[in-house]
Amino acid sequence: MTDERSEERGNTVHSYNGDYPLYANRNDTLNAASGRPLRDLSLQKTLTEDISSEDYSISAETLRAQAEIARDAGYPQLAQNLERASELTAVPNETLLEMYEMLRPGRCSFEEYQALARRLRDEFNAAATAAFVEEAATVYRERGLLRRELE
Amino acid sequence: MTTTTATDRSANGDTGSRRFSILAGRDINRETYVEEWAEAGLTVADSPYDPQPSLRIVDGEVVEMDGKERADFDALDRFIADHALDLAVAEEAMATPSHQIARMLVDINVPQPAIRRLADGCTPAKLCEIVRHMNVLEMMMGLGKMRVRKTPANQAHVTNWRENPALLAADAAEAALRGFAEIETTVRVARAAPLNALAILVGSQTSRGGVLTQCAVEEAFGLRLGIKGLTSYAETLSVYGSERSFVDGDDTPWSKAFLASAYASRGIKIRFTSGTGSEALMGYAEQCSMLYLEARCLLITKGAGSQGVQNGSISCIALPEALPGGVRGVLAENLLASMLGLECASGNDALASHSALRKTAKLMLQMIPGTDFICSGYSAIPKQDNMFGGGNFDAEDFDDWTVIQRDMQVNGGIRPVKEADAVAARRQAAQALQAIYAELDFPPIKDEEVEAAALAHSSADMPERDMVADLAAADRFLEGTANLSDVVRALHRSGFEQAAANLLEMGRQRVAGDYLQPSAIFADGFNVISAINDNNDYTGPGTGYRLEGETWDALQRIPQQKSPRDFIDAQVGEPLPNLAEISTAKVGASANEIVVAVGPAYGTSLVKTIGELDHEEVLEALLTGVAEEAFYGRVVRVYHSADCAAIGHAGARLSGSGIAVGLQSRGTTVIQKRGLAPLNNLELFPQSPSLTLEIYQAIGRNAARYAKGLSPLPVGVKVDNGARLRLIVKTALLHRREIEDIREKAPQELYFRWEPDV
Repeated sequence: MTDERSEERGNTVHSYNGDYPLYANRNDTLNAASGRPLRDLSLQKTLTEDISSEDYSISAETLRAQAEIARDAGYPQLAQNLERASELTAVPNETLLEMYEMLRPGRCSFEEYQALARRLRDEFNAAATAAFVEEAATVYRERGLLRRELE
Repeated sequence: MTTTTATDRSANGDTGSRRFSILAGRDINRETYVEEWAEAGLTVADSPYDPQPSLRIVDGEVVEMDGKERADFDALDRFIADHALDLAVAEEAMATPSHQIARMLVDINVPQPAIRRLADGCTPAKLCEIVRHMNVLEMMMGLGKMRVRKTPANQAHVTNWRENPALLAADAAEAALRGFAEIETTVRVARAAPLNALAILVGSQTSRGGVLTQCAVEEAFGLRLGIKGLTSYAETLSVYGSERSFVDGDDTPWSKAFLASAYASRGIKIRFTSGTGSEALMGYAEQCSMLYLEARCLLITKGAGSQGVQNGSISCIALPEALPGGVRGVLAENLLASMLGLECASGNDALASHSALRKTAKLMLQMIPGTDFICSGYSAIPKQDNMFGGGNFDAEDFDDWTVIQRDMQVNGGIRPVKEADAVAARRQAAQALQAIYAELDFPPIKDEEVEAAALAHSSADMPERDMVADLAAADRFLEGTANLSDVVRALHRSGFEQAAANLLEMGRQRVAGDYLQPSAIFADGFNVISAINDNNDYTGPGTGYRLEGETWDALQRIPQQKSPRDFIDAQVGEPLPNLAEISTAKVGASANEIVVAVGPAYGTSLVKTIGELDHEEVLEALLTGVAEEAFYGRVVRVYHSADCAAIGHAGARLSGSGIAVGLQSRGTTVIQKRGLAPLNNLELFPQSPSLTLEIYQAIGRNAARYAKGLSPLPVGVKVDNGARLRLIVKTALLHRREIEDIREKAPQELYFRWEPDV
């Protein structure tokens, strides 16, 4: 059915699209965020081995694959979201919550956002998210959504 | 009982209309209705201050949108212009007349992708202009086609006022059994969230693997629960259609988009929340219509890369419903979401009306076309336990819902279940959670709590629990290292192997991320279905989603349904021993006789009326009435017809007095006079279930009085409007049975061995 849809949309068929759902069609090559292969996340292993949260977290690579599937099916914004998500897999939980808090209105100065963008780029290799934060900072500055310093 | 007549009321100085006084007391008049007031944002779909559609693109950048220059854009305009619009198609879309796109929505020959393509290039004002051309029927047509996922589904709320974990697990299990694809809980006390999320996760997976669950709490806290593996989706990412409302919601489109990516990075499905009325309620509608503001919300949702939205006014629903066209406006926003390729959980959530009629009428707008989730939260618990303030439809409406599905052959996403299956699922879920609490050293769940949860309707049926201890355990659980695999192990050790496997499977599916795609849910057996592999291909009759095959079988088989084959057992019995056929009946010579003509099966194949009066006693009563007037009765059986009028007509022709009583086996009776047309008569008693022996006796009496040439007062029978409703199937089957005994044979004289006691 994916072929037919792609034709309707005038797109070319991409390798990943026909693979959806990945669980069924790419089961043997999927890895968790920890690197543990999905086929290795069995009930037996769960009962006998130490399983971390990362073992049942999605990996950056799988998120990129899902982004490709979304883009090919005509959902480019969802694809961009999943690409930013793939970058954010590298960000630790607490840091992720802090970053979200920083982006809420009135929380940071323009410079702090620039620093956040730099950190995303340098520390987490998150170029798309960094650009997104820079864009937010520009709009926040124009619309009075930066932190208001007390006079 | 005392009754007040109009005259009494008038004498008391009460000059108002009795009818209007009764209307004023109806549920529908407990609601608030107001006129539109655009300046206060109290207008649903069309404010005079709404911007007009426009778009100018220079060098790949939007420089004007909906009459506003880029320099004047607020943060929301900016986000929409730079993230939501497909600039490759925008100029074509904006140049296409709005009424033409509206017509495409209704035209079965235009498939979904062709409209989606144009919608992707439309500004908020343009989107509004398109749907303003449409009436609700056209919008429903559009929604049925534009819905993202081909298969419709439903979402449940499972909460309880006492935050009882065993009850949460049991209710989640029942909701899963009933087929809800997603289950959402929330808290009365925020700290309870980790254990509430755990309870519905375990409860649902014990019952049916693959149900997605969430716990609605503050944004950052919600993300924490997801990271811990306790939830698989989140939908309370609220967006608003004006900048100031958005900021009052403590977010911006960028922070919300970041949050969406943060959730996705942990493999959690998200859906934004918007809906008409929220901006007016927050005081910043900026004089715009609710629909225009919602169109902006939807474009922000799309621009942020959320796969879907819950809209349909959600918790603000009473506000649009106070205004003219409010329900149409809500349907319009569902349609806009679907046009933009967003999964739509279409409201029908918070209490929208006191009137059952009004609630149902509104529901049809989403249920008949089908949406991705008909309710963004069907209260699978009684509404007094609904901590969302939801419950427009609740656990007490389950049977109404499943019957409506069966009536219309429409899939509203809820399966009928048997009591024994529901109780078993509830018990098992509560036991599974009890085992986890024991293994993880949470405050114990007692056996009596498990049993109470299995049989409970609401939290009022549950024993007291130490909430303080539960909250302390919830804190420890959230801060501690225990994760999903500890829960899986605890379940497995306690013998809940299938639940352990299902819970682990939820983790494995999270690694694959297939349910991050638009409108993804799990069908039975963890088979993911979404816009990618279950896209809505509706192009008219015979296409798109059809409720048929196994699903239709399952939805039509409600437990209340009986086999009609044994429906008339009570009316079947041994033929009357004292009723014998003698010979072909002749026209009587005596002016003092009344013929009682009975139907072909009377007293033989059938021996009781529909009201379960013995045929023997009915005959006795009729003949007693005749005898009271010093007439005598002859009994004949009519063979050639089972029709009451025909039986009476044949009887009258044989009667020496010219008067007959015609009597069907089910008890329907007529007093007939020779010479009248078959469908005319002296008195007809069609309400056979209401007839008593006293009435039959009075009928006999009146028949004789007519024969005397008197004009008796017609026999009074109370009108029971519900009788036909209750007994129509039985009526049909009794008639069918009588018809089986029809023969090509003249009426026969019967000997009824009985003497009147007069």
